[in-house]
Amino acid sequence: MKKKIIAMLLCVAMLLCVTACGGESSSSDDASDSSSSTEDSGTSSGEGGDTAAAFKIGGTGPLTGSTSIYGIAAQNGAQIAVDEINALGGIQFELRYEDDTNDPEKAVNAYNAVKDWGMQISLGSVTSKPGEATSILNYEDRIFALTPSASSVATVEGKDNVFQMCFTDPNQGMASAQYIAEQDMATKIAIIWKNDDVYSKGIHDTFVEEANERGLEIVSDTTFADGNATDFSVQLADAQSNGADLIFLPMYYEPASLILTQANAMGYTPKFFGVDGMDGILTMPGFDASLAEGVMLLTPFNADADDEKTQAFVEKYEELYGETPNQFAADAYDCIYAIYQALEAAECTPDMSNEELCDALIEQFTTMTFEGLTGDGEGITWDEDGLVSKNPKGMVIEDGVYVGLD
Amino acid sequence: MSFLNFLISGISLGSIYAIIALGYTMVYGIAKMLNFAHGDVIMVGAYICFYAVFSFELPPIVGILMAIAVCTVLGIVIEKLAYKPLRSAPSLAVLITAIGVSYFLQNAAQLLWTSSPKVFPRFFNFGGQASVSFFGGQLSVSWTTIITIITCIIIMLALTWFTGKTKRGKAMRACSEDKGAAQLMGINVDATISMTFAIGSGLAAIAGVLLCSAYPTLVPTTGSMPGIKAFTAAVFGGIGSIPGALLGGLLLGIIEIMAKAYISTQLSDAIVFAVLIIVLLVKPAGLLGKRVNEKV
Repeated sequence: MKKKIIAMLLCVAMLLCVTACGGESSSSDDASDSSSSTEDSGTSSGEGGDTAAAFKIGGTGPLTGSTSIYGIAAQNGAQIAVDEINALGGIQFELRYEDDTNDPEKAVNAYNAVKDWGMQISLGSVTSKPGEATSILNYEDRIFALTPSASSVATVEGKDNVFQMCFTDPNQGMASAQYIAEQDMATKIAIIWKNDDVYSKGIHDTFVEEANERGLEIVSDTTFADGNATDFSVQLADAQSNGADLIFLPMYYEPASLILTQANAMGYTPKFFGVDGMDGILTMPGFDASLAEGVMLLTPFNADADDEKTQAFVEKYEELYGETPNQFAADAYDCIYAIYQALEAAECTPDMSNEELCDALIEQFTTMTFEGLTGDGEGITWDEDGLVSKNPKGMVIEDGVYVGLD
Repeated sequence: MSFLNFLISGISLGSIYAIIALGYTMVYGIAKMLNFAHGDVIMVGAYICFYAVFSFELPPIVGILMAIAVCTVLGIVIEKLAYKPLRSAPSLAVLITAIGVSYFLQNAAQLLWTSSPKVFPRFFNFGGQASVSFFGGQLSVSWTTIITIITCIIIMLALTWFTGKTKRGKAMRACSEDKGAAQLMGINVDATISMTFAIGSGLAAIAGVLLCSAYPTLVPTTGSMPGIKAFTAAVFGGIGSIPGALLGGLLLGIIEIMAKAYISTQLSDAIVFAVLIIVLLVKPAGLLGKRVNEKV
């Protein structure tokens, strides 16, 4: 009897947990719904009762888990763009993000959840591993996808309706090697990369290729994986003993922060060069920003840029979410505006089916030029494979903030 | 000199595994169950300490004591709610429950403390230095490593003394040998097992603080991978054997670092587990484990 009572209690406790989790996400949904619905009513009264239905845009991303900083940033960035566009009247958007915790299996569930909700246009996934899983579904379901930041080639390869807003991994590796060679930053380079991660491997492979072509010498090439991502003393010692004067870190910011800490403890001070995954390191609670002093990275977005668009976006983001937006927020913001531009040009309406929208958007995206927060003044274009073409910006961390390198 | 440096890195990694393995092995030795939630209790301890020091700006020692207190209570609660009802169930059911508890703790931590990584503060600075140098700076050992090893040895000695000499310790050993007979001898089996979990979880809190002092990124899954490695270390040293946990942990850390340094960074985990398999083939009870002959 006692056992039964305890079992019952445990069940109740589990149910509570489930509803507690569910409650949180639904409350945030409510919040976004209510914000968009208030704007709907605002515009409808302004436009004289034009309550056209909205395009439903869905996406998945790590809203929890160790890479949640990216998912939350992308969601926030996209939400700002959606709110701005809805306030203009005209085309209306509804945005819904589901959590995939950077796990491909959960991403498929999350994708199905937004699909059931009625998603017509997709923002794909925020990170690469889930992106590869959901892009297959996007292709099969003929739902157009523009991912802000799932950067692996496999995400877009062979899928005519999946596009990227970010650089692909090979692109980043190549651009990083080019940048290091052109700026004459170092001749002896060490790379530490994560060999169970497609993102890290993709960047590493093309970086090595490009570096060899440009006469950069790679003196140390070491790896880590999920299981041993705590101790980097061996990798750092290898770089040090081979005389590397620059360490290239194609990885996310969490292991990168450990590498910086451990290099500092060893008294080893090479230059560090990161990629877009490094973005976010400064917003870790408790992180000693002086460790990241002088760390360089290539990113498509510079929150310090002085153009009007960027400043307005940064200001709004800081006001709403209390932190400086990173490039994931900017990429997602650009995604929404790029979709907006394409929908307007193709004169789409929300009652069109996802297949019709898909065809219309593919046609637009392969022909249009888009100007957004990311990239430079030359605009952003896409080729038929869904790969983006835009120019990266070199950044360096000085006194705890990103400063443009040029 | 680089060999010595790698050895020191290996020892510092190994000492972390060892201190986690002590908790595993102790609970296994007494309750005869693998508490897979141990790694996650470690994570909870680290979070408690992080918030006490970082948000409430309490002195580190208060943070550590708070972590120990919270984890001890947590250990007792987990035991009462999740494991005690299964006391007579097959051990597989208990094992699955432990995995469930592990996921429960991870997800609860994610809800409570969000998943964005926290950077654990550096406690062990003496005279403004985070490490001691030898041979004119060619070798340096961090204070965290020294403190971890000292703590490990103290805990190992204390546990050996406790289980060997005290009345409650003897009761624990009696329970581990035969619960039924121990009960007949007037030992309160439930209370004894609860106490085992309390001690194990208190040790987990200390391990959590030391783990995060050495490798300062703290996320809700911080405990899971070191937990699995420490479990391996406990099996390696002979599960149930307290000195075995220390030896197994240190060896595992050293093998891992040496494999990375001299063979391949890609293969280091494969090599670690290959060594484990070989050891278990030769000595199925682990390095210091005792082969218990079951009387029929």
